[in-house]
Amino acid sequence: MNTLSALLVRDIRLAMRVGGGAVIGVLFFLIVVTLIPFAIGPDLGLLARIGPAILWLGALLASLLALDRLIAADYEDGSLDLLLMARMPIEIVVAVKAFAHWLTTGLPLVVATPVLGLLLNLDPQATAAVALTLLVGTPALTFIGLIGAALAVALRRGGLLLAVLVLPLTIPVLIFGVAAANAAITGPMSFGAPFSILCALTLMSLVIGPVAAGAALRQGME
Amino acid sequence: MRLLATDLACIRGGREVFAGLSFTISAGQALVVLGPNGVGKSSLLRLLAGLVRRTGGNVILEGGDPELSVPEQAHYLGHQDSLKPALTVRENLNFWVQMLGAHAPSADSPSIDQALTTVGLGSIIDLPAGYLSAGQRRRLSIARLVTIKRPIWLLDEPTTALDTGSQAMLAQLMSEHLKDGGVLLAAAHGPIGLEAPAELRLGSTTQHTPGNGHL
Repeated sequence: MNTLSALLVRDIRLAMRVGGGAVIGVLFFLIVVTLIPFAIGPDLGLLARIGPAILWLGALLASLLALDRLIAADYEDGSLDLLLMARMPIEIVVAVKAFAHWLTTGLPLVVATPVLGLLLNLDPQATAAVALTLLVGTPALTFIGLIGAALAVALRRGGLLLAVLVLPLTIPVLIFGVAAANAAITGPMSFGAPFSILCALTLMSLVIGPVAAGAALRQGME
Repeated sequence: MRLLATDLACIRGGREVFAGLSFTISAGQALVVLGPNGVGKSSLLRLLAGLVRRTGGNVILEGGDPELSVPEQAHYLGHQDSLKPALTVRENLNFWVQMLGAHAPSADSPSIDQALTTVGLGSIIDLPAGYLSAGQRRRLSIARLVTIKRPIWLLDEPTTALDTGSQAMLAQLMSEHLKDGGVLLAAAHGPIGLEAPAELRLGSTTQHTPGNGHL
């Protein structure tokens, strides 16, 4: 337990000090969401209707932004070698790293959502619904991204490969995240069904992500 | 305690690096791996550290902890220093001590501050590691070996970037480790400061030339 909290604290501290993570992600989210009203014009009704989708897409792209540093940074400076030699399965190590990554990049997006909801003419109830779906859904984005981050390291390829690998896998999360938010805002569908599936997707990714990432890193040992 | 390697084989990038490599290191013994560049010295160390897949053979630590694998009982000092520039000297070492150390630290292992003083970084404990020179970074990595007790030391050209004083300090730490019954394997091109270590020469003919020990 001591080992895991040490890793968690280190990763959070690094994200805070290096000054990338949280701030850059939120700024990127802000820019993406701000660009949409400029692109489609001042149609308040349309903005409110597509608002949840825009917020979800913005969060998806923003969470992708810092993902390629998740494991690559430790690989490049040799820390990954030592992490593999710890008395702790690599699956748990990467799960803790992904959790730290979510705390520093995913959670700030959820916190920023109410502010951005204003830009898209979303009423408070709709904003709350989107924020709730993002709170539940962003861990899934991070843990699916974890697989891509590990594969990028194992295959010695960076950046763009990650986006190409990860984005298709996030489609189900996007579908049910937006569906749940829309259901809460406009109906007639019930909020419960898509939201439960979103929760299930997140729980599945929490299990599959670390196992797959660990397997990728083991496979990539050479 | 004995480290037994039998019939090791390693293939990297489709090329056979070495095959049929066997050696034994007893407690308190050092083995220096010699050979020209690209002959597989680093690959051998990384294989023992569990960082390169073993395509054949076996590695056993007799008298070690039966619950732990060989890599979990080994220290690896590679070409990279595994340090984060944004963390201070103490934070870097403290993290690895918590990550790699035993759950119950033994009473005789030095504290973090003591270890940093031993390697000559006592005065810059709170400096971010990004400001360290190559030699200082190396010494900070060496402090890790001292603070966390693991019986096998795998050192890849450990004297790189170290000045003569630091090399003597490292030699001192290595002989203390051996005196405590540890096992040491080092890849090197020149002397590493140990007296008459056993040698393993990799190359066209995979032969051992026994030093003062039996191989």
